[in-house]
Amino acid sequence: MTARPLPIPPRLVTCSVDGAPVAVPQGSTLLDACRQAGIDTPTLCYLETLAPVNACRVCVVEVEGSRTLVPACSRPVEPGMAVRTDTERVRLSRRLVLELLASSVTLDRAAPELRRWIERYGADPGRFGPPLPPTHPRDAAAPGHHGAVLVDGAEACHQPVKDDNPNYVRDYARCILCYKCVEACGTEAQNTFAIAVAGRGFAARISTEYDVPLPDSACVYCGNCIEVCPTGALAFRGEHRMRGEGTWAEERQVVTTTICPYCGVGCNLELHVQDNAVVRVTSPLGHEVTRGNLCVKGRFGFQFVQNRPGEG
Amino acid sequence: MDLRLTSTPATAAERAAVDGLLGPPPLADGRVASGGHRARARRQQLLPALQALQDRVGWVSPAGLAYVCERLTVPPAEAYGVASFYALLATGPRPATVVHVCDDIVCRVGGAGARCEALRTRVGPGLDEAAPAGNGPPADGARVPAAAGWVPSPCLGRCEQGSAALVQRATADGPALRSLGPAPLEAVLHVLAGGEPLAPAPAMSAPQAARSPRDPGLRLLRRVGLVDPASLDDYRAHGGLEPLRRAIALGPRGVLRELEASRLVGRGGAAFPTAAKWRAVAENPVQPHLVVGNADESEPGTFKDRVLLEADPFAVVEALTVMGVVCGARQGYCYIRGEYPEAEARLRHAVTVARQRGLLGPSLLGSAYAFDLEVRRGAGAYIAGEETALFRSIEGGRAEPRNKPPFPSDAGLFGHPTAVNNIETLLCVLEVLRIGGPAFAAIGTGESTGTRLFCVSGAVERPGVFEFAFGVTLGQVLAAAGGIRSGRRLRAVLLGGAAGSFVGPEALHVELTFEGVRTAGATLGSGVVLALDDTVDAVDCVRRIARFFRDESCGQCVPCRVGTVRQEEALARLAAARPLGSTAAELDRLRDLAESMRDASICGLGQTAAVAVQSALRMGLLPAASERPR
Repeated sequence: MTARPLPIPPRLVTCSVDGAPVAVPQGSTLLDACRQAGIDTPTLCYLETLAPVNACRVCVVEVEGSRTLVPACSRPVEPGMAVRTDTERVRLSRRLVLELLASSVTLDRAAPELRRWIERYGADPGRFGPPLPPTHPRDAAAPGHHGAVLVDGAEACHQPVKDDNPNYVRDYARCILCYKCVEACGTEAQNTFAIAVAGRGFAARISTEYDVPLPDSACVYCGNCIEVCPTGALAFRGEHRMRGEGTWAEERQVVTTTICPYCGVGCNLELHVQDNAVVRVTSPLGHEVTRGNLCVKGRFGFQFVQNRPGEG
Repeated sequence: MDLRLTSTPATAAERAAVDGLLGPPPLADGRVASGGHRARARRQQLLPALQALQDRVGWVSPAGLAYVCERLTVPPAEAYGVASFYALLATGPRPATVVHVCDDIVCRVGGAGARCEALRTRVGPGLDEAAPAGNGPPADGARVPAAAGWVPSPCLGRCEQGSAALVQRATADGPALRSLGPAPLEAVLHVLAGGEPLAPAPAMSAPQAARSPRDPGLRLLRRVGLVDPASLDDYRAHGGLEPLRRAIALGPRGVLRELEASRLVGRGGAAFPTAAKWRAVAENPVQPHLVVGNADESEPGTFKDRVLLEADPFAVVEALTVMGVVCGARQGYCYIRGEYPEAEARLRHAVTVARQRGLLGPSLLGSAYAFDLEVRRGAGAYIAGEETALFRSIEGGRAEPRNKPPFPSDAGLFGHPTAVNNIETLLCVLEVLRIGGPAFAAIGTGESTGTRLFCVSGAVERPGVFEFAFGVTLGQVLAAAGGIRSGRRLRAVLLGGAAGSFVGPEALHVELTFEGVRTAGATLGSGVVLALDDTVDAVDCVRRIARFFRDESCGQCVPCRVGTVRQEEALARLAAARPLGSTAAELDRLRDLAESMRDASICGLGQTAAVAVQSALRMGLLPAASERPR
């Protein structure tokens, strides 16, 4: 093993979370402090390996002296901060964020914690009426304008599924616009910049330039966007098909950790196997070299294992 | 990064438009290998380059965008994200002439609703209303866009004229954007039929300045209507450049002392002490420092900065120069909204003349101070007036605000310490230097010093910008504007713009000071005083405000992106008397939305998106909602 000099231990900063003092290393966020204090804080757009964009606002907490609530995921701890995570204001905003998302996006494939949070905050997914498709195609929406206001329900982000390449499917009716895929495609991981947020307001969406199909874009099919997607909007093509057929059964899946056979980097792979077939490939987020990222070969090049031509 | 660009070549016109801004391409074969810092430094040219395409060919085509991306080393997906963010840029084919017809709250008082209806019957639906504008190149057989079309627009900042429109015309020479004002139906139809837009009538936007003899109480408006906006000599003859001389003589510390004594606070809405803001930048050890003039006033009903820019552009240049001297910045930017083409042209002219005459450049008035100023044009986004969104817009990104802290004085434009103020505040600084800090503090009331510009519009006899020392009451301001039109009865006043609050006639005695309106549960905001008489459809007005916030939300954070939609839907259901559940349940929903948007949104847009709606509900302006909950 290579000897590495130990870094200088960071200074500790003390704040209080729900009345209890918490000391965290300088530069930590309120979320770190909450987690250290053992307080389960909901997050959707946050991921350890990405710079926080604090767009979803489900992690907001009350900080004494602050006019508005502050996002825990991005706000650095300052000495003496008094943080409250379970006040009426916090609960209301968290509940509304969950209700608003549920009213506009299909969340049935989201991470299981989401259901737990919806229950905890008493969010009523149907509070704003049944989701209705938008009056205009979202990919062509002009900024600053929208179609007729719907009164029979809640306008939702329904969009046709984009199935334009052999590897993965984009179902933006499930997209909560957490920006994670854009970050993973951009400076945070892949530096490919095949996708970005386009449009604005409620019509904001993840898009390639002019919504061109992925094969015409800069996409290199690393699949790092799938890795970070919290709602199942991005999925392996095979997974998408199996979910549609009703054959996707996570409880029957076995995860095998192995090493990518293709090159000398030796990225860790987690092969998700169902019925003796690889159905999904992930990589551990905590790995200090790859941080959950793979390339097209590690992510999608597993057909040879099962020697079955066709879809992954 | 490796750019993957469409193989369709840009047209000659598109290349000419982009090259006109960026200069000729370095290599004829397009194989330019440059990345790193040099490429990133060019990113800030993205919005101007997209505007050049839009101005020249009427839309940002895939090939045109790819050419811009090639020239600036920007990934096309990101450039498309920027192009599709701004309302004055089109990412699908559009008619060469597009008239943006204001149908916002003030113009609605002037009959904009009926005007747009008439256009729908006589010309057809507005672009984006019937069929979406589309995306990318037209499919084979798709209808070729007509020569001209119209589109409803949010406030264009010509509220004193009662009806406003903006003509956007693809052209190789001459301005692509021109204001129509006033814009009655005939004027819009004339342009749609191919006619030349008539220049805006020389309207008297500041009625006080037209009066003779001139009111000595006019400070910010003292040169408006008196000075030739194109002449630096005339500006000097009317007291110009004296404040800058004084600032140079006093030095940054001296000016800060004067500003502290003046107790001047920002006029943009947040009322932050100007001296504290400038000092934070001036004393920040991180270099370089930057200063920014925020002329993106897009708050519906606000037009004061436009009047100042059009009538007294050299004052804006001078004030920004003072700001640069005090804050230790050698470079400044003035971001002016795209809907103000005339003001932009005058400001650009003033900057050019100032540079020629040594008023900008390496040695200001022969002193050791150096400062230069760049004018940037917005492209149709209210949110770009939020300071952090404004920075992103200048940097070449989507105008998405970010969380504060860090504040601009620590990390602003391009990450540098930045001071940013709106135009009215900057002109107040000139006044502080002219009369001295203590004298400025003696004007107005205890907490609100100096004078304030009020944008009086709607159902009054003489709408316009009015200047008063703080302490004037709402009733006095309305009386100065000639009172309510043709003897009608005042129903409500919208104070502070779409982000402000409605107040009733009982508030006429309220002093329009920061502390006075606070006790009345309102804000001064950007100085909007929109009078609604008993003929105005208040429900329609409130719904237009809800529509405005939905349309102008950047879409970043959930409470604002979805909350503004749900707010508009709930109001539509109330207006249609089709509540979901009960009226009480709708009001409950609206209140929860208001609270979560105020508490959990990233920026001021979301935080204030429900303020006017809630105040209208409290006042009973929405009859359908008068069934009070609990």
